[in-house]
Amino acid sequence: MEKKTYERPIIKPLNSGLMNKFGTRTEYTPKTHIDGVKVKDLLAEFGSPLFVMSEDKIRQNIQSAQRIFETRYPKVQFAWSYKTNYLNAVCNVFHQEGSWGEVVSMFEYNKALKNGVPADKILFNGPDKTDDDLKTAVKNDSPIHIDHLDELYRLIEISDEMHIKPRVAIRVNMDTGIYPMWDRFGFNYENGEAWDAINKIMATDKLNLIGLHCHIGTFMLTPSAYGVAASKLSALALNIKKRYDKVITYIDMGGGFASKNTLKGSYQLGTDAVPDIEEYAEQITSSILNAGFETDELPYLYLETGRALVDDAGFLLGSVISNKRLSDGRRSTILDFGVNILFTAFWYDHKISPAQEFSQYTEDTVLYGPLCMNIDVVRENVSMPPLNAGDNVVVHYVGAYNITQSMQFISLRPAVVMIDTKGKPHKIKSSETLEDVEKNELLPTHLNKFEL
Amino acid sequence: MKIRKNVAVSDSGFLFNPLTGDSFSVNPIGQTIISSFKENKPESEILENILEEYRVDKNTAEKDLNDFKRMLENYKLID
Repeated sequence: MEKKTYERPIIKPLNSGLMNKFGTRTEYTPKTHIDGVKVKDLLAEFGSPLFVMSEDKIRQNIQSAQRIFETRYPKVQFAWSYKTNYLNAVCNVFHQEGSWGEVVSMFEYNKALKNGVPADKILFNGPDKTDDDLKTAVKNDSPIHIDHLDELYRLIEISDEMHIKPRVAIRVNMDTGIYPMWDRFGFNYENGEAWDAINKIMATDKLNLIGLHCHIGTFMLTPSAYGVAASKLSALALNIKKRYDKVITYIDMGGGFASKNTLKGSYQLGTDAVPDIEEYAEQITSSILNAGFETDELPYLYLETGRALVDDAGFLLGSVISNKRLSDGRRSTILDFGVNILFTAFWYDHKISPAQEFSQYTEDTVLYGPLCMNIDVVRENVSMPPLNAGDNVVVHYVGAYNITQSMQFISLRPAVVMIDTKGKPHKIKSSETLEDVEKNELLPTHLNKFEL
Repeated sequence: MKIRKNVAVSDSGFLFNPLTGDSFSVNPIGQTIISSFKENKPESEILENILEEYRVDKNTAEKDLNDFKRMLENYKLID
């Protein structure tokens, strides 16, 4: 007689009518394949844990976003937000789909150049631009988004020194009715700081003001805030035209569209609570179209969408190391990946699916990572089917901010694989080695030897 | 190991403890183990039956059986 599949014995108290912080069961089907490739095969070939990116999903996302905006507005340009995920393979999928580059440091700028993005199609954002950075961007004719007055004054000096008139935009922060208001970047709209900066630029004649930029927040769940922001930037652009007879060529709405992840503390799941890109698009495009631009002076709409285009194209595969019972009776499961590589576990309740068949029984579980640190918690409360040591799990929506923010801490960072549109996996980053980590270390000679 | 005699387990895995009024759900293997305890089967025999019936190694089965016993104690289902 063939033996049955083992599931460990579980007993679960039934508390009808009581609040349960573990919530109801959310996993009904195992995630056994990604783009037609078996999860178990990927782990066997590339090791565990493993990041997997779906090229097909990225292409679908960007094509769909382009379609959504282009059917509402005639002049749209996406720029790939490098900090969201700057693996070259990921960036190049976006570039192949027509996205420019959006960077916030010289490191990212050089990465974009190396990937082959023309310098005049790299939007240079961020508060940290050194003189050398600015000079490089000026020489290369990259649009520079000015963050603060020191940068503005420095650019005027650099323009004088280099006898080049840099193409610039200013970053504007504003009250769009949401909290927190991101007023640490750029110039404020309401208190007149932005207009003051514009006046300075126009007065010098050393800088060519071509755009207005904003980035009102991150994981924005209120699309109407984008409508307010687009109206305010349009009003600024129209005032510049009126006062200086200068046509602003683009309005850059930055990023911040939410992905389908569930924020910690959110009552609803991300898949239910998060607005569709159409809702953001409708707000932004309606505001600009209704602002009163002449048809031939309608500005380009730049978008630096990151998270919403790549989060659901990324998966983290891992394995169960062990199960434990905590002192208060809760089940704890230790996984072979932790917050060192799944940084977003600090702010999301990630959807995690078993990678093998399971029954309808679940246990209230805490999912821990492998680090010998108390903060290493992947999910604090989740109703999970029983997992045995050696079983595999798939974490969903991890394509944004995990690979770029992962830490080499306690253990080495894993490999990253991209499954192409024909279902073939390609390794796009090898797993780290001890040599990689020690490459830049130097040991003074007197510390070479010791006796114990 | 003896399950309290009033504890009732239905075929569908619903367990009721009349002493405390608590109810529980148990998966099929848990149900089999509770029934075996009710029949006063020794643990070694229960473990053997699990190994015979399921695709599992002895260490895992033993570890899980001990854990299950602790949970039964914890929920005061054992005399």
